[in-house]
Amino acid sequence: MTVVETGSSERVTGKRLLRREDPALLTGEAKYVDDIREQGALYMALLRSPLAHAKIVSIDVSAAKKMPGVTDVMSGRDLQSEWVAPMPCAWPVTQDMKNPPHFPLATDVVHYVGDAVAVVLASDKVAAVDALAAIDVNYEALPVVVDLEDAVSDRILVHPSLGTNKCFVWKVEPDNDKVDQAFASAAHVTKNRYVQQRLIPSALEPRGVIAIPHPYGGEYTLFSSTQIPHILKVMLSTTIGISEAKLRVIAPAVGGAFGSKLNVYAEEVLALALARKLGKPIRWTEERSENSLATIHGRGQLQEIELAADEKGRITAVRVNIIADMGGYLQLLTPGVPLLGGFLYHGLYDVPAYSFSCTGVFTNKTPTDAYRGAGRPEATYAIERSMDLLAKKVGVDPAEIRRRNFIPPEKFPYSSVPGLIFDSGSYLPTLEMALEKVGYQELRKEQERRRSGNSRKHLGVGISSYVEMCGLAPSKVLGSLRYSAGGWESATVRILPTSKVQVVTGTSPHGQGHETSWSMIVADRLGISPDDIEVLHSDTAIAPHGLDTYGSRSLAVGGSAVYLATERVLEKARLIAAHRLEVSVEDLQYKDGSFRVTGSPEKAFALSSVAFEAFTAHDLPEGVEPNLEATVSWDPPNFTFPFGTHIAVVEVDEETGATELLRYVSVDDVGNQINPMIVEGQIEGGIAQGVAQALYEEAIYDEFGNLLDTTFLEYLLPSAAEFPSFELASTVTPSPTNPLGVKGVGEAGCIASPPAVINAVVDALSVFGIDHIDMPASPQKVWTAIMSSQGNGRKVE
Amino acid sequence: MQITTVVNGKSFTKDVEPRTLLVHYIRDVLGLTGTNVGCDTSSCGACTILLNGESVKSCTVLAVQADGLELTTIEGMASESALHPIQKAFHDNHGLQCGYCTPGMIMATASFLKENPAPTEADVREGLEGNLCRCTGYHNIVKSVLAAAEAMEGAVK
Repeated sequence: MTVVETGSSERVTGKRLLRREDPALLTGEAKYVDDIREQGALYMALLRSPLAHAKIVSIDVSAAKKMPGVTDVMSGRDLQSEWVAPMPCAWPVTQDMKNPPHFPLATDVVHYVGDAVAVVLASDKVAAVDALAAIDVNYEALPVVVDLEDAVSDRILVHPSLGTNKCFVWKVEPDNDKVDQAFASAAHVTKNRYVQQRLIPSALEPRGVIAIPHPYGGEYTLFSSTQIPHILKVMLSTTIGISEAKLRVIAPAVGGAFGSKLNVYAEEVLALALARKLGKPIRWTEERSENSLATIHGRGQLQEIELAADEKGRITAVRVNIIADMGGYLQLLTPGVPLLGGFLYHGLYDVPAYSFSCTGVFTNKTPTDAYRGAGRPEATYAIERSMDLLAKKVGVDPAEIRRRNFIPPEKFPYSSVPGLIFDSGSYLPTLEMALEKVGYQELRKEQERRRSGNSRKHLGVGISSYVEMCGLAPSKVLGSLRYSAGGWESATVRILPTSKVQVVTGTSPHGQGHETSWSMIVADRLGISPDDIEVLHSDTAIAPHGLDTYGSRSLAVGGSAVYLATERVLEKARLIAAHRLEVSVEDLQYKDGSFRVTGSPEKAFALSSVAFEAFTAHDLPEGVEPNLEATVSWDPPNFTFPFGTHIAVVEVDEETGATELLRYVSVDDVGNQINPMIVEGQIEGGIAQGVAQALYEEAIYDEFGNLLDTTFLEYLLPSAAEFPSFELASTVTPSPTNPLGVKGVGEAGCIASPPAVINAVVDALSVFGIDHIDMPASPQKVWTAIMSSQGNGRKVE
Repeated sequence: MQITTVVNGKSFTKDVEPRTLLVHYIRDVLGLTGTNVGCDTSSCGACTILLNGESVKSCTVLAVQADGLELTTIEGMASESALHPIQKAFHDNHGLQCGYCTPGMIMATASFLKENPAPTEADVREGLEGNLCRCTGYHNIVKSVLAAAEAMEGAVK
């Protein structure tokens, strides 16, 4: 089933078209923020707190001001009059959510290591950084909250003025009596506690910003390494009080983001405010250690999940309680992240009773926010780990427990108990295909051979079936969730006089290849070559309307807007062609760049001719305006729900605790695929990021709130040597939610992979009676678990 | 102090501070911004260039140490009419997404393939472990390097 109408006899969509973005990136021609040279710019450097919680007694900037090359040095108090509003949080998840004051520079109290207290402006970067050391800050240390349960206890308060560390309690409780009854009458119950460790997103390009004032005209241009130039423009305007009409925000080439550049950061606000104050361009580029401290972190949850099931292992209820770490302040979407998982803790299983509660807490750590998957990897991990434990209790294979619980295809569109409508799905084929592809039965035999042969290298196989929700919409539903923005996306399609096409999109790609994919969508509909289509984006002066790129929304929402705008342009072109051919519009068929009269195909009018007619406007039909252009703002009726099954095969060395990922098979269904090459690239990258969470990465804090791994020497971003090649396959179940039949793909990989890997590690370790290992499953953690297991390091099975 | 370097075939004589890193000389003094900085600890390899034909992380070298040496940066790889075979292989195999690690990845590949013109997949994975990528999961980077090896071997024959 596909709803896409094509105007081409040879489809472009579905092909592995190479990316048009590549040549500039491959040759060094592409310009990231730090590559942009702006004459006379002052370099900004920020002094950051070395303490996690402290009163700022005094700040003396006088010595720093005298340093060579330094233009000015300012503390938070010096700049407090620059702000018309605090730093924005756009997702006040409950009416009574607590949101402490948060300004670009702390004025009285610092709340995490990395919280900025003063800013230096100097003629070059080295002078600016040198001057930081000359600023004298007198801190009075305050007690620190690091642990999440300690935070809940309110023993020490991060923000005493709030009276509690609890930011909010948010629940999805359709019928708690039904949940209680299900647990009371369950044949099997599992109850588990999982840690979602904090992660540092680690886009390879650090953040950067250049704010350029045009003092005589009163306008400002801001370049930022951001995913959200449009949202940023609105927020900067409301935070600093610069007219939105005088502010242009540009995201140039952006070197990865993964949610970490879906924010409004202190440095963006500061640079723009200082450009206004001094009338000079201000630039700043983040250092890696600053990125670790002052760019948002991801995850950070303590999860408690209970399943009730009948004798056969069919789940009758899911009950979840989580504590989510907000960090020291709320950033743009901080409190909303756990909500994005809150509806999905029953996974892709048909579950009649559901209860979810999340308590958001402040701690003296870097603020958290959306990181690739945002809420959904957490939910998927909890349910997929629990499924393996349930399988064990019931005494069936992990594959079988999933088969028994999948939402059956005849139930779609599926109304879930927590309140979603799953658009389309056919889950079982992804599981069976993945099992077949990995050679499941053979692997189980090999595992047994190793076990009986007393091998010290244990084979583990882990299954993870997942569904996720992405492409958040419609706007009305987002409003009901108290999200401050809409879920629409805008697109303009413009056929120029020479019949070349410009597409303007409100999405803001940073590695996803939108230029290539959007050109394919338009090429298919118009029956022209993608080479004749340019895609413009990420500059608010060129693309005035947009809601940017995050949450796997761009294709399903933005790509659909592009398709619909193309349709609308074609409707107008049809009016002009009919007029010139002196037939009615119903008599025209469009194919391969020409309108032809049905029954007399020799009577034709080319789109290129229509374009020129629309431009000269010499002979247009009555009531038709000049030019061929259409703009569509599309608000989808629902999210999309990609799904699939991933299987990881690992080898765990009992002597070292080291885990090696031997194979990784994935079968994903993201609906129709515009460019399978790009789809696979997204899945592969996502898998790697999820494997990294499962095995390597963790933002580690000590009891004083010091982040211990602030560089890539300590924070273990995996290299090529840590991975095998991935084995990908797909099924196609189109989404009825949008005209392209597509679903999101950006986050699927990292949603599915952490539980696949941990299930595999635990499967390998089950010979020791081990039934869980928290992420990351480091050699030390695994080895310690083996040594302290039931058999004290000996096999029990 | 004054240093002379031959960069992508062109000679430059410039004054630099003794503490200037080679990567900053390349980016800020010569204005060749294709070489990227991704970390401050020589971990990520985004700044990899060729120094007398061998790959180095240009953040681990002082500019003054490059005095009298030949440098090749990403800007020196493609000809006016065509991408270098390694660049082409990355393009053909979707070996890049955001592109930030790509210049370093390509320069590291150039050096790696000179040492090991016919690598196995495992060789490639080990050989490039000093270059980090956050987007691709390395799957297509490895494919690209293997394809480049094949293409360049072909060119020699």
